[in-house]
Formats: sequence, structure tokens, C-alpha cells
Amino acid sequence: MISIIAAREWRVLFASPLAWGVLAMAQGGLAWIFVTLVADFQALQGQLAGLDSAPGVTDLVVAPLFQAAAWVLLLLTPLLTMRLFSEERRAHTFELLLSAPVSASAIVLGKYLGVLAFLLLAIALVAAMPLTLALGTTLDQGKLLAGLLGLCLLIAAIAAAGLYLSLLTRQPALAAVATFGLLLLLWLADIAGARSDLAGRLLGYLAPLRHYEALLRGLFDSADVAYYLLFITLFLGLAVRRLDDLRLRD
Amino acid sequence: MNAPPTVLQVDNLSRRFGALHAVESVSFSLQRGQVLGWLGPNGAGKSTTLRMLAGVLAPDAGRIVINGADLFDQPRPARQALGYLPEPPPLYRELRVEEQLWFSARLHGLSRTASRRAVADTLARCGLEAVQRRLIGHLSRGYQQRVGIAQTLLHDPPLLLLDEPTTGLDPLQVAELHQLIRELGRDHGVIFSTHRLADVRAVCTHVQIMRDGRLVYAGALAELERGDLTTALRVGFETSPPLTALAALPGVIAVEPLGRGRFRLRHAAGANLARMLVEQAVAAGWGLCELIPEGADLEQRCIELLLGTEEAS
Repeated sequence: MISIIAAREWRVLFASPLAWGVLAMAQGGLAWIFVTLVADFQALQGQLAGLDSAPGVTDLVVAPLFQAAAWVLLLLTPLLTMRLFSEERRAHTFELLLSAPVSASAIVLGKYLGVLAFLLLAIALVAAMPLTLALGTTLDQGKLLAGLLGLCLLIAAIAAAGLYLSLLTRQPALAAVATFGLLLLLWLADIAGARSDLAGRLLGYLAPLRHYEALLRGLFDSADVAYYLLFITLFLGLAVRRLDDLRLRD
Repeated sequence: MNAPPTVLQVDNLSRRFGALHAVESVSFSLQRGQVLGWLGPNGAGKSTTLRMLAGVLAPDAGRIVINGADLFDQPRPARQALGYLPEPPPLYRELRVEEQLWFSARLHGLSRTASRRAVADTLARCGLEAVQRRLIGHLSRGYQQRVGIAQTLLHDPPLLLLDEPTTGLDPLQVAELHQLIRELGRDHGVIFSTHRLADVRAVCTHVQIMRDGRLVYAGALAELERGDLTTALRVGFETSPPLTALAALPGVIAVEPLGRGRFRLRHAAGANLARMLVEQAVAAGWGLCELIPEGADLEQRCIELLLGTEEAS
């Protein structure tokens, strides 16, 4: 049941120019950044050769690329999640799902996995760029995988939040704005997290970006992974409750 | 012979929106082989009731049992047993007709093989084979409506809920839809709401009339047509007879002068007024020149019920 809903979501994403546009923008922008990073690295290579334990290509190209990819994808994810539910309600197609013998959690999970598969495809395309470096040099695979995992988790978390917010309104644009608002809040929490007092540490812990940065440095801490999984579970759980509520009220 | 199985049992269904009582203690049941036409003005609560029956909107009170399964205690088998067509039809504009039907079939728990067969059968049954590869967003309103109906039939539910299925169809399509509903009515329970009395007359075995969230009439169509109706005769004379003479005819309830020697005589159903009138007219030399029976007036009866000039039966 979940896979059927996810497959339809995937199919409809590719039927709209929006998804193609998002893929093209992410890929085009990040390719530009990637080329610049590689050029910078080549220019620096002579100086790096003289240093002991100099940062390698993974630190100087892959990590900054993933950092940029996180920003680009964070800005694009709300555009994809905004229509998940609000579009169905606006187009009056929601009744088909609501009247079908399908549980609310299957609907939420189906939609989530559909859009997540798309986002993972975007990430895979981005990750393919630094992988081409492996043809000419050796990459730090641990750091690469930790960074990739972090990127997937970060985007998956924001997609879950975007999905929940799209259940709250009939207007896709409003859902996108709400998701951007949430991103802004989380970003502010990240900034406040730079302070060293208790409030600062607490806010910093709540910010998804902090946990991503640790993974980018190659620090794999199961607490960071658990944080993202909790974040995703929280918003998907809220979405299931909200959907049950819609079936009852509206 | 056994009584036909009950596909829908509704007890004391109520729903409010704030202070508005959209639906108030509606109870009825539907058997297989019945086609129930649901009449009422806009805002009478027809769509709200259908939404509750489809499990899309929860009632404040009441019980809904579909094909033996309680919609709230056993939602899955109950939902499995119903096909719901809201207005407008829930179709994804970006999908092709066959994709939409495939999705809907799979969503209702049909296996891949069963879905393939159900989609092919339904495309043929609803005359959609020519457009199966077209995008739904590019189809005309009539075809979209047909896809919507096809979608409700895929998993062969015993209960069909159609909310104003004839909206936006041209007369030919309406006639085809009537034919389809009549066919379905043989082995399904069908409820459909409409504004058009012609729909009810064409396909329904039973009628319910709703006003201000209450059922004001429920019964077989034949009963409504027969009922305790008054019927009327329109007559015209060359020499206008006195009103009292017309009113004195046996069975006449009221006489309405229409001017220029024409009258409308309301009389009880079943009284053979025409013969008596002709005999009387010849005997008295009134010069009868017009005699038009106005018949058992279903329209009139419905309007009376809707305006509340009669209490609910």
C-alpha cells in the first residue's frame, strides 16, 4: 500500500516541470561550485605538499561541496514537499485517499517515501561529482560516507517537517512559506548555539545543521544519527495524527 | 426467497458545523438491488451525509454499517465495500486515464493481476478505451466524470455512493449514465444525489428527500408517484359554466379559474372525473373544447415536500 502511494508520488513529481527544474538547478549550481573547489585545490596543491598532515582532497573539496549541497537542497526541499498534501486538498483528489481502505500512517509514509526517493536521487547526482575524483586520486571513504549520510539525514528531516506543514493548509505556497519559516528558526537556533551558556548549548543541540557539521568532519556519533531519526519520527507522527484528525473533522 | 442483503445501515447520523446542524438524526437502510435517488436543494446536507458514509468526514453521532462492517470499528472491510464518487471527481490531472485507474485499483487492495483485469474491464464497461492513454487534465468534463465513475467500480464494491454524478454531462451522456446506473442497480446498492427529478425518475427504485439536514421523505419511487396525490384536469368551455356547478362534480377538491372559459380542476387521484365531466358538459351544453389531464405530479409533490407544506411522512 505504501509503495503504491510512493510510486504515484514519484510519477507525478516527474510529470511536473518543477521537479526537473529543481534537479537541474541543484546540479547546475553545485557543479559550478565543485569545479571552483577543484580549481582552488589544484592551485593550493604545491603549498600543501610541504605540510605534515595536510588536509586532503576530501577535506578541501568534498566537505565544502556537501556543505553547499546542504544549503541548496534545504532551499529546494520545501518546494517539493509543499504540494504533498495541500495540492491534493486543493484539487479535491484527497477524498480518493481518505475513502480508500488505507490507514493514515500508510498514506503519510507513502507520500514521504515518494518525495524522499526523489531527494535521494538529487543527492546521488551531487555525490557522483566528487566520486569522479576517485579516478585520479584516493578519497577518504570514511569522511565521504559520513558526509553523505549526514546530507541524506538532514534533507530527510526537513522533508518530514515540510510534509507535516503541507497537511496544515490547502495552499501549497503557504506550506512552502511555513517550511522556510521553520528553516529560518532552525538556522537562528544554530546561530544562538554559538554561545557557550546553557541556553546556547540547548538551542545549538536543536539545530539540525550542528549535527550535520559533525558528520561532515567525519565524526560519526550515533547521537547525531538518533537526533535526525527522532526529528523525522516526530514530524511523521504529527502528520499521522493530523491526518486522522482530518478524516474526523475538516 | 431470502430478503436481499442490506448493504448499508445508517442510524441517527448527525453532524454539526459550529451552530449549523448540517445533518440531523438521519436513519435509513439500503439493500442490494436498490437505487436510491437523493433529492434536495443545495445546502440540504446531501453531500455532507455522503461524505460521512464514505468515511471522509466523521459524524458527531450515529452509526454506519456497510456490508455488515461498522465503518468506525472495522474501517478496512467497510471502506473496501464502498465506491465513492465525490463532486468534483477525485482525479489526478497529471496522470493518464489507465494510470489513474491502476492507482485506484491498487489502492483498494487489488493484486497486480486483478488490477490489470479490473482496469481493462472497467475501461470497456465505461466506454473509456479510446481515451485510456490520454492525460486526465486534457479530457472533457463528461469524460472526467466517466473516469470518476469507472474508478468507483474497479474493486466491485457492493455499495456505490455517487454525489451528483450527472453534473456537467450533456443529455446523451446523462442517458448513458442512467443506463449504467440501472445496470449496476441490479446487483449493487446505489445512492446518488441529484437536483434533477428526471434522474430520479429515470433510474431510481427509491427516493429520499432531504431538507435542512433532515429526511423529509423516504420511500419507494412508485409510492411517491402514487401517494395521496391530488391530480388535476385542465378544461376549457365555449360557454363558461358557473363555478359552483364545476365544484359540485363528485371528486373535485378545488376549482381554479384560468380565464376565457378555462379552469383547472384539482381532484383526488383515482376519481374518474373526466367521464363525468364530459357527460355533464354534454347534458348542460357547456361546449367542452379542451380537456387536458395534468397527471400525478411528481415535481409538484417534491416541491411541496421541499417547501415543507406537508409534514414528513
